[in-house]
Amino acid sequence: MKSFISNLKNDILCKRTRNKMLSSYLSSEYFGFDSNPHASACIKCQVSGKRYKAFKKEVEAFCIKWKGVSFKNESKSALLDLAGPISEKSGKNISRSEWQTILIENGYFARSIPKEYGGYGGEPDIIKSRIIATEFSKHKVPNAMGGQGIDMLVPTLLEWGTEEQKQKYIKSTLHGETIWCQGYSEPNAGSDLANLQTKGELIDGKWVINGQKIWTSTAQFSQMMFCLIRTEPEASKHAGISFILIPMDTPGIEIRPLVDMTLKAGFNEVFFDDVTVPEENLVAKRGEGWSVANSVLGHERGSLANPNATMNRLNTLINLMKEETIDGRRLIDVPSYRERLLQVQGKVMAVQAHSLRLLSSKINPNQNVKLGGMIQKLVGTELRHELEGLAIDIMGELGTLYEDDPNVRDGGSWQFTYMYFLGLIIGGGTNQIQKNIISERGLGMPREPKVTVEV
Amino acid sequence: MYFGLSEEQEFFQDNVKKFLTDNASIDEIRKIANGEGQELQAEIYQGIINLGVNALLVPEKYGGLGLGLLHAVAISQALGNGVGPIPFSGSYVMAPLAINLGGSESQREKLLSKIVSNETRFGIGLSEFVGAREDAGLEIKNNKVSGRALFVMDAENSDKIILSTKAGILFFIDSKDKNLTINKLSTVDKTRTFHELVLDKVDCEVLEESTKDIEIVKKVIDAGRIILSADTLGASESMIEKAVAYSKERKQFNRTIGSFQAVKHMCAEMAADLEPCYSLVWQAAHSFEVDSIKESRLLACQAKSHLSEIGKSISKKATEVHGGMGFTDLLGLHYWFKRIGLNRQILGAPEIVREEAAEIQGFNQ
Repeated sequence: MKSFISNLKNDILCKRTRNKMLSSYLSSEYFGFDSNPHASACIKCQVSGKRYKAFKKEVEAFCIKWKGVSFKNESKSALLDLAGPISEKSGKNISRSEWQTILIENGYFARSIPKEYGGYGGEPDIIKSRIIATEFSKHKVPNAMGGQGIDMLVPTLLEWGTEEQKQKYIKSTLHGETIWCQGYSEPNAGSDLANLQTKGELIDGKWVINGQKIWTSTAQFSQMMFCLIRTEPEASKHAGISFILIPMDTPGIEIRPLVDMTLKAGFNEVFFDDVTVPEENLVAKRGEGWSVANSVLGHERGSLANPNATMNRLNTLINLMKEETIDGRRLIDVPSYRERLLQVQGKVMAVQAHSLRLLSSKINPNQNVKLGGMIQKLVGTELRHELEGLAIDIMGELGTLYEDDPNVRDGGSWQFTYMYFLGLIIGGGTNQIQKNIISERGLGMPREPKVTVEV
Repeated sequence: MYFGLSEEQEFFQDNVKKFLTDNASIDEIRKIANGEGQELQAEIYQGIINLGVNALLVPEKYGGLGLGLLHAVAISQALGNGVGPIPFSGSYVMAPLAINLGGSESQREKLLSKIVSNETRFGIGLSEFVGAREDAGLEIKNNKVSGRALFVMDAENSDKIILSTKAGILFFIDSKDKNLTINKLSTVDKTRTFHELVLDKVDCEVLEESTKDIEIVKKVIDAGRIILSADTLGASESMIEKAVAYSKERKQFNRTIGSFQAVKHMCAEMAADLEPCYSLVWQAAHSFEVDSIKESRLLACQAKSHLSEIGKSISKKATEVHGGMGFTDLLGLHYWFKRIGLNRQILGAPEIVREEAAEIQGFNQ
């Protein structure tokens, strides 16, 4: 056994050193890489260490240059609010799409998307991505825009789109010129999404679409919608669906805002009345829409509750508890509040460590994290809801203030996010559906027997 | 970048797991728990020693393998998984660390090599340093110790026992000292032993470095907490596997109960609770070796308290999935339930440990 161990030892030290590099990015502090005894002797580690150190400096310089950047005509959609911190007004006032372009040119966004489609065209490098995320967060520089076009449509087209579709849509989406909304859910197709009924018929080389979508966020700001449409009424439930791209200015589309419990119109209902789009707006083949959508739902589930955002929020909560008082006593000095804070901190630390394990599995394919990936949406959304709710509890009566009340704390964001995450617990595949997925696909438990209903 | 167990750590882990599967079945565990399996227990113990666990954390300089805490975590997961009825966290993690960190060079040389050769087996008792119950505690006067220590770990069949004063001075005594009374405590967990020690002017040898720095005993406790959280991790993993397997076999209403959403959702919740725990425990062990005290202690405390909570919830739900059978002695599921229950309380229950975590972060002024 001893010889087995000594053979593996140097390899382990390499891994250990790199692991340490990673955990130092986690704590947002660069540790003394050069003073590490293994690193100073191992050429492999030194080379990669120097490379990342230089990259970190480069990103840091960029962040200092752009600190305080703000955006013209910022639309107040919930999705954009959550895309990243929006800094106070400063001299650096540019448009969102100009910002996207700057980020892409520097390789801080769309890093591994080919140049021909408007990306940076670099090799994927997880440590570099982590450095970018950490430095941006540390310097409070706004992240690239997210949203359904960038997070969901771009990966879909890269996987399924024709060359023309990739050329036509990816670049303008990455640069923030084309905003997309997602047309999936319908009033009778929620958890049972494949039950969707919005109908598309191919007439004279054009798709004619009729029906209704619901829970369509950002529909009012979008130029395009990617949509699931029933085009093969004779086929079985899942095989009758196609994935079609629809310009939102097509005649026959009506958007009605849907006000949610946060009192913002975060969602819409979208109605289609003989909406006609070209045949080539079909992605993949007719009847393949269900497979296309499923390949991308995973992207959404992973992105709904970012562990770094949760950690930032926890730190904000800690500061709040140090500032706010009851009977002149700091809230963090109240043992029962502190106990709850520490409980939540344990969960946040676990989820953040877990995200590193998932990240690491992307470059180490032998690491099995199948189950680990499936639990993200369930765990992440529940935890965030709990964290936001704790902030409300420790503030007591003050925690109920909302909107523009002069005494409201942090702009009412605790109540807003508390409710918003209840929405995310329900949306993106309810957490009950997530539990079905975890138990059936992750733990191999049997499916619920099908109930046959005669119509 | 690799965030997980290395090949070598998994290799160690699989060996211990396989050894327990082959040699410590539920019937054998039951015999040992009922006090009828001393020979059997000695065989299992020898088998684990043959795998090299006693030498794991001892530096190469003293003949050990010189491996880190993450290796010990990998093994502790396997021991929790199979409710291994052998000493580990005390004898082979906390004791060698206490000697290595707290001993003088000559003490390290003298004691650590004997752990590797398995000539000396150590128990360790630090419960009073964490929080004394029943006003227990130890005092040293003229090189003699008097007082009482509770929940001493791995003292059974030990040759020497490491203890601490409230001020964090570590010392060891001879287990056979005539002025020492050892009483076995009857806890719910029959897979490991815990003892009460009553000392009346017992000879002791102080671990010299520990008199200079109270951080040494705290560091040993950090390691113990991480190892116990790994034990709970392994035991919880095993309980989920058992619950899922049982739900696929057991039929009611002409269906396997695993096809009911009520049951599926309980299993999914257990899996979702436990998955993030692996990386938390591993990160804590990694941090123990490389990070500042502030960072690593926060992780050790949070790993211990978070795993205590998750383990408690999983041990309840997994038992429920087994229905009436889960409640019986027949299935033996309760050995895991109780092991998790004991890990939760020893070296600081969650509330105590979280208060320490708050203190490290400067929250409670």
